[in-house]
Amino acid sequence: MAISEEEVEHIAKLSAFFLSDEEKKVFAKQLSEVLDCADVISEVDTSNVKPTSYITNLVNVLREDEVKPSLSIEEVMKNAPHVYEGVFKVPRII
Amino acid sequence: MDFKNKLIRKSALELAKLIATGELSAEEVTSAFLERIEEAEPRLHAFINLFPDFAFEEVSRMEARFQKDGENTPFAGVPVAVKDDLSTKELLTTCGSKMLENFVPVYDATVVKKVKDAGVVLLGKTNMDEFAAGSSTETSYFGPTMNPWDTSRVPGGSSGGSAAAVASYEVPWAIGSDTGGSIRQPASFCGIVGMKPTYGLVSRYGLTAFASSLDQVGPMARNVKDCAAMLGVIAGHDSLDGTSIQVEIPGYSGMLGGNVKGVKVGVVKELAGESIEAGVLDLFNRSLDLLEGLGACVEEVSLPSLKYALSVYSIIASAEASSNLARYDGVRYGFRTDEPVEDVWEMYAKTRAEGFGMEVKRRIMLGTYVLSAGHYDQYYSKAQMIRTLIAEDFSSAWEKCDLLVSPTSPTTAFQLGEKLVDPLKMYMADMCTIPVNLAGIPAISIPCGLSDGLPVGFQIMGPPLGELKVLDVAYAMEGAIGFEEKTAEKVLPS
Amino acid sequence: MRFETTIGLEIHVELSTASKMFCGCSALFGGEPNTHTCPGCLGHPGSLPVTNRQAVAYGIMLALALNCEIAPRSIFHRKNYFYPDMPKNYQISQYDVPLSSGGSLEIDMGDYIRRVGITRVHLEEDTGKSIHVGESGRIHGADFSLEDFNRAGIPLAEIVTEPHLKSPEEARVFLQSLRSIIIYLGISDCKMEEGSLRCDANISISADERIGTKVEVKNMNSFKSLYRALVFEEERQRSLLQEGKTIVQETRHWDESNGVAIPMRTKEEAFDYRYFPEPDLVPLELDPTWVEEIRKKIPELPAAKLERFQSQYSLPQDVAMVLVGEEEMADFFERSADSKASPVEIGKWMVGDISAILNEKGISIKEAPISPQMLGELVLLLEERTISSKMAKEVLLEVFETGKSPRSIVEEKNLLQITDEKELEKIIDEVMAENSKAVDDFRSGKEQALKFLIGNVMKKTRGKANPSLVSDMVRRKLSS
Ligand SMILES: [Zn+2]
Repeated sequence: MAISEEEVEHIAKLSAFFLSDEEKKVFAKQLSEVLDCADVISEVDTSNVKPTSYITNLVNVLREDEVKPSLSIEEVMKNAPHVYEGVFKVPRII
Repeated sequence: MDFKNKLIRKSALELAKLIATGELSAEEVTSAFLERIEEAEPRLHAFINLFPDFAFEEVSRMEARFQKDGENTPFAGVPVAVKDDLSTKELLTTCGSKMLENFVPVYDATVVKKVKDAGVVLLGKTNMDEFAAGSSTETSYFGPTMNPWDTSRVPGGSSGGSAAAVASYEVPWAIGSDTGGSIRQPASFCGIVGMKPTYGLVSRYGLTAFASSLDQVGPMARNVKDCAAMLGVIAGHDSLDGTSIQVEIPGYSGMLGGNVKGVKVGVVKELAGESIEAGVLDLFNRSLDLLEGLGACVEEVSLPSLKYALSVYSIIASAEASSNLARYDGVRYGFRTDEPVEDVWEMYAKTRAEGFGMEVKRRIMLGTYVLSAGHYDQYYSKAQMIRTLIAEDFSSAWEKCDLLVSPTSPTTAFQLGEKLVDPLKMYMADMCTIPVNLAGIPAISIPCGLSDGLPVGFQIMGPPLGELKVLDVAYAMEGAIGFEEKTAEKVLPS
Repeated sequence: MRFETTIGLEIHVELSTASKMFCGCSALFGGEPNTHTCPGCLGHPGSLPVTNRQAVAYGIMLALALNCEIAPRSIFHRKNYFYPDMPKNYQISQYDVPLSSGGSLEIDMGDYIRRVGITRVHLEEDTGKSIHVGESGRIHGADFSLEDFNRAGIPLAEIVTEPHLKSPEEARVFLQSLRSIIIYLGISDCKMEEGSLRCDANISISADERIGTKVEVKNMNSFKSLYRALVFEEERQRSLLQEGKTIVQETRHWDESNGVAIPMRTKEEAFDYRYFPEPDLVPLELDPTWVEEIRKKIPELPAAKLERFQSQYSLPQDVAMVLVGEEEMADFFERSADSKASPVEIGKWMVGDISAILNEKGISIKEAPISPQMLGELVLLLEERTISSKMAKEVLLEVFETGKSPRSIVEEKNLLQITDEKELEKIIDEVMAENSKAVDDFRSGKEQALKFLIGNVMKKTRGKANPSLVSDMVRRKLSS
């Protein structure tokens, strides 16, 4: 199965990154190859097979409702790329 | 042999003892290893960042603690290297990515905390494939690590930096992480011991997630006993990790007896066939003879679903990775594009385009694709069902066998650049290790000999929480193989 | 053409746990930006979620109160999309295996009861908040935005209804009833203005059997704006249909100040949330005994209380409804009705004068200086005819001013009603002597004069005389 460059572009948009035209070509080819390989799984009969999302048998891992100290504001902002009046700053949303 | 070269050849357990009895000081040990690092790094590039000042501060802090509470700092003063995907408070943690080039965490991973509590001294953070996406450590933003056995070759990956550091005596032991073989495959390529524990045995809190349902932190060392000792340090329940299991942790290293008599060992047919390089297969078969000689019952078993393991893995791992890597967006920390942007969406797109390397993007794309509308059932959901079949195959195998074995990797260390251009070939390097992560079971890789002068790894897999059995058989084999001398000969200056 | 309106609601409630859904940060509203955050709240590498037991308990309680079936096994999913207020760029939520489903809530529309199906109640985490900086102060036209993650990770219960609501008014009553239940359960403060109760609506109009095209309306932050937005949408869609036009399936944003629902600008990319099971959180397999323990903790809910207030206290329905509408009022009433005073009178005072004063002062009954005992005392004073109802109103105001008990106010101000006929007779005699013209007028048939005389008696007693008693006595005297 071949993935088109348009599909690659759509997927890149969902993944939130730009791709150059060159990258789109490369990815279209490589993703097609990988998926072709992965398509082998379609031959497996999985009727009546439950999916495995969790490999341990753990259930109900819950913690008590206790407040723990939060980070200091210095720690919170320590790695911030852009800051305005001490708060994370991002370009306009719309 | 000078003092330094004698010192760095000691095992972690030996060092711990010598420091505890006062025959060596922690400063001496730290200095010796830092000196060795300085000497070896230009050829190897095993580390992304070194923290000598921090290490000496730790030594004095640790010594003060040791005076007061020696019992609880069993490895006081023994140096360690930690893979750069584990969070270290106030110490750069880059995950091998431009995205986190300047990222300074505000907290310690549970594993790091445990290591510090045991008195172990962190010297630096080791190189890795970017966000652990890779099998050769070549996708690191900071450049590749070279294999100490042959610097034109890769050390394996993604924990290639940790493997190379241990193999070249830069540290006695190290910590890595393993999503599809990222500890065992580089251990195999570098001729050391590396273990992926049962999923949930070691806390993932503070481990930068690649594929959350597969990731597990584990120890790497030059011998099984050190590996067992480090496992004892890092294993145990953690309330900060909701997938952490509650189980008593045995003192692994003290319980190794090397008893193989009557142990039923299954050779996994699907992982020991024609896809394995001849030299590797030959050494593997000789190791099986050796196992039989030690008294084990060796027989072939078939786990038919493993045929699909690589496909299932590539779907599940990339799906989870696509979601786990979404947080690197230039808002709260990490890299943000310097290019002018119209709005936040453009900022994301440019930041992630510039901040991620090709392999990471490829995996995010694949993961996004298999989760997206119209493909979920065909790929993701199907892969999860086959994962069930794989786990079931292992479960039935445990009814017949105590342990399963295979080569760790189908090849020895390949040339730098050899497979970087062909993702499919690269993914094959993990074909023997991947099933273990899918099933959540423990497995170790130990060196079993040299093929064309390069180390070959032997993988021993156990049932869930069967770490002790796995380690014990590995310990017995190690004694019979006597590999470590070869490493010293090859890697150390005489 | 006859048009049928169909409305379904999606309601988000912030649960009032002490800590957040998946970490130990405080879940309190507000605070300086980003002061309630940790590596988890900021999506730092390596951070992991661990589920808050209390949030699950609250979710179960709400689901039970809405007659839902609790799922024996439920799981969390990741909902993947990029937004700057999302620290991980995925939201942990429940998807196709939710905590509970299949419930219902009956709402009282006065002349009929509407039974509204509850599709599901599930748990999720809240997002952070974007603050838009620029002249407009809004997202449109902002120069840039600031991100505050204090809210990120606060536990949310999402309630999804079936499309069973038939009018904007039903939608409003539903939301009010739901809010009242949640407050009774004590699991959220449900402050719409602070965003701890949020409601989105799906509305469609159809002229025949088929269900019309669904339009989603968002951003209503009060009961009134929910109602107004739905009325707006109902009329917009109706007139489109009447003109033979088609309705576009879309999401609209309610603009309260302009009273219009405007289409939200969407990116060309359709949303594709790529849900998949959250591998960091193992499944919930709820112990039935725990669920039963929670069920036992559910207090009497508004509907049951309404019925009981009418039967036990003989309250008129409208009075009972107002009292039950707010748990604090209902509690106050019951404690007040414990006194010897008539519950019906107490109820009337509460929905009348007391509510008016509370409204005017903008406080709740809990914050008011009056206690249930004081109200009982006031009504009793009135019933014993110790004070007149006009005085009672004054005393009530005085209680609100000073916090003193009604009896002590009455005594202090010497307001006790003069019921001693001898004392009154003396005063009436005085008044009649001083106003002989009025007496003559009355006797010559001018009814008006009676009122004048009574007024003067009241003036002389400074209002302390019982007016009806005075009236009787004056009339008796004049006709003797
Ligand atoms: Zn937090």
